[in-house]
Amino acid sequence: MRRPPEFIPLGRTERPPRSIWLAPLSVALGSLVTIVPMVATIPILPPFGLMILLGWRLHRADSLRVWAPAPLGLFDDIVTGQPIGAAMLFWTLCFLMIDVIDTRIVWRNFLQNWLIATGAIAGCLLLTRFVASPFGAHVDTALVLQILVSVALFPLIARFCAWLDRDVRET
Amino acid sequence: MAPPRNRRPGFSRRAQYSLFLAYVGLVGGALIGAALLLLSTFQPAAYGAVRGFFAEITTPISSGLTWVRDGIMSVPTTISNNWNVSSENVRLRKQIKDDEALVMRARTLNQENRRLREMVKLRDANTEAVVAARLVNSSAMSTRRYATLNAGSWQGVKHGMPVREPDGLVGQVLETSPNTARVLLVVDPESVIPVRRTRDGLPAIAAGRGDGLLDIRSASIAGVPLMAGDVFVTSGTGGVFPPNIPVARVMQSARDTAIAQPTANPDTLDFALVLQSFLPPPPPPAEAKPGDAKK
Repeated sequence: MRRPPEFIPLGRTERPPRSIWLAPLSVALGSLVTIVPMVATIPILPPFGLMILLGWRLHRADSLRVWAPAPLGLFDDIVTGQPIGAAMLFWTLCFLMIDVIDTRIVWRNFLQNWLIATGAIAGCLLLTRFVASPFGAHVDTALVLQILVSVALFPLIARFCAWLDRDVRET
Repeated sequence: MAPPRNRRPGFSRRAQYSLFLAYVGLVGGALIGAALLLLSTFQPAAYGAVRGFFAEITTPISSGLTWVRDGIMSVPTTISNNWNVSSENVRLRKQIKDDEALVMRARTLNQENRRLREMVKLRDANTEAVVAARLVNSSAMSTRRYATLNAGSWQGVKHGMPVREPDGLVGQVLETSPNTARVLLVVDPESVIPVRRTRDGLPAIAAGRGDGLLDIRSASIAGVPLMAGDVFVTSGTGGVFPPNIPVARVMQSARDTAIAQPTANPDTLDFALVLQSFLPPPPPPAEAKPGDAKK
């Protein structure tokens, strides 16, 4: 939706977009999806916190602070029961990788973004699995299903993040 | 496209420094994360207080959602109950009549059992329930299987206490905060429970697999056949779990190691009972005398 340009007098700065507070809030709420009243026997919920984080980052590079994944990952670890530090480390590595990709593939379409998100989601879930559960645990089938469901849901999450970010003026 | 040579955001020193510091923060966050991860790998209980603090906030929300869910789910049952009430009545009357003889026999057996136990002076272990509470949520995004119990140290729940359902063993309390407790479910890949076969008392170990099932490993001689349908109950070895709580039922016949289904279904989310640890924990080791440490 295109709005008429706002008149900003000299010496005033533009009002910052609401993604400054909305993006971290939505990521934290995504992590909190894990408190739905359900006692699961296999990993059944997609990692909504990570998906919303990637949705914001891939939608607009400056929507989040550069260092945002570290505190958000710590919060995710605390509420989701993963070993503490796992999301903090792996989410940060995802952001660094996306920063590197940003310099190589500058103009991307959504399919490329989806591919990047697939790599990030699968990488984070697999790495966390090896940190959290013993090597011989029979969780891999469920984990592959969890990755597939998360990747299939990512376009919806990306649309959702773009919708939340709709107050940014096009330039 | 090749990466740009110049990564500076512009000529403003302020912009350059703030971008640099932001990346310092990002990499620093990663390093702190790695350090925390190492600590949580080697000392999983180190963050109990932090997790407990957040669980205190999220558990009431989960409980509220449980009420909402149960309310919605109970509507169809209530309606169908209303329709079926008269036929149900007839059936139950018939059942009471059929069961009368059985009840009489059970009462006699119970009395006889009590008398015999008194004769051999069996000490009844303390298997009183500490509290009945709900399992309100679980780590559904993780490969580990934790659940949150809606009762904590203020209700008398302590670390290590077993948690059961009417159908069988659910797990063991891992961490407590004032009003919540974190329960390690029996299906968790790191859960190990000493069990015995109901049929002949064969000792075995029930280890979680991580996919909702359990591995039953024989703990005695090799080559033991485990038959489909064998029921395993806690043996009381180790002193944590009281004996004779059902744990698992073997699904396929195998030798030595068989796949089994847990008898308790935590999905039903009904009330869970927190039990006392079967035997009191061993007394802490005697304090070393100040002179002993020096050499």
